[in-house]
Amino acid sequence: MKAKVYVTLKKGVLDPQGKAVMGALKSMNFSEVRDVRIGKFMELDIDGKSGKEEEARLKEMCERLLANTVIENYRIEIE
Amino acid sequence: MRFGIVVFPGSNCDHDCHHAVKRVFGQEAEYVWHRETKLKGFDCLILPGGFSYGDYLRTGAIARFSPIMAEVTRFAARGGLVLGVCNGFQILTEAGLLPGVLMRNKSLKFICRHVNLRVENCSSPFTGAYEKGQVLSIPIAHADGSYFADDDTIKRLEDTDRIVYRYCAPDGSVSAESNPNGSLANIAGILNETGNVMGTMPHPEMACEGVLGSTDGGGIFESILSKFT
Repeated sequence: MKAKVYVTLKKGVLDPQGKAVMGALKSMNFSEVRDVRIGKFMELDIDGKSGKEEEARLKEMCERLLANTVIENYRIEIE
Repeated sequence: MRFGIVVFPGSNCDHDCHHAVKRVFGQEAEYVWHRETKLKGFDCLILPGGFSYGDYLRTGAIARFSPIMAEVTRFAARGGLVLGVCNGFQILTEAGLLPGVLMRNKSLKFICRHVNLRVENCSSPFTGAYEKGQVLSIPIAHADGSYFADDDTIKRLEDTDRIVYRYCAPDGSVSAESNPNGSLANIAGILNETGNVMGTMPHPEMACEGVLGSTDGGGIFESILSKFT
C-alpha cells in the first residue's frame, strides 16, 4: 500500500520560512496572500494491504520520527 | 575524570570538545562511535555539535535513534552527567531527555559569532563555577537554534531554575534586540529536571583559551571537574 503523510506546524508556532515566502509572494503582487505555513509531505511505500494494524504502525512512525509533536501535527492518507 | 565524546555521522565539533577536555583541562577523553551499544567507565558524556545525518527531516531527529542513544538515556537515568552542545542539544530534545525543540533561526540565517549570555543558574553540576547574573561571551554557530516549548514548559523551566543562561546585551539586559535567533525567553541553555543533563546552543568548548577570544566557556568544564576532583 501507499501512504501519504502531511506534517504541518501547530498553530502559534513561528514559521519564518512561511513568512519569507509570503513576503516574496506579496512582492510579486499577490497581495491577496494573508499567510503562508510551510510543512512537509512524505510518500511511503509499504509492504502489505491497509488495515487496522498497518494504520496503527503508521501512526507510531509519525509519533516517533516523522513528526515532532511538540511543534507539529500530522495527517495520514492511505491509498 | 573520564569524558566520552559521542560521534555521530556528521558531528564536526567532536575534536573541539576532545581538545578542550584533554589539552585545556588535562582530563581523559575518548571518542564513542554512535553505533556502540556499551558505555563503560565514563564520568561525563558530551554530545558535540555538527550536522548529524545531514540534519535530514529535523535536526537531531535521526541521530536520536542511533544505537548509542539507548545507553546515553540509561546513563542519564542513573544520574550521569550529559552535556549536549548545539547539535547535541538538538539530539537531546528529540530524544526527550530535554524538553522543547530547536527550530530554524528567526532570521533564516546561519549565525556564527560570539554572543553575550547572562547566567541564570549557578547551582547545577555544569554551572557552579559561575555567578548568577554574570555575563559570558561564548560563540554560537547554528541555523536551528530558536528554542521553542509550550507556555507551561517555559514556566516550569523558569519556576524550577532550569534555564542555564539567556542571550543578553553586554550589560546583561535581556531583550528582543539581544536575541540572535528568536528563542523564547532568550533561552540559550537548559537543564533537565534532575539537573544532570544540560543542553546549550553556545559552544563552551570553543571559548576555553584566550587565543580563541574568550575563556568564558571554561566555567562549564571547571564546574563539572569540581564535582569529581
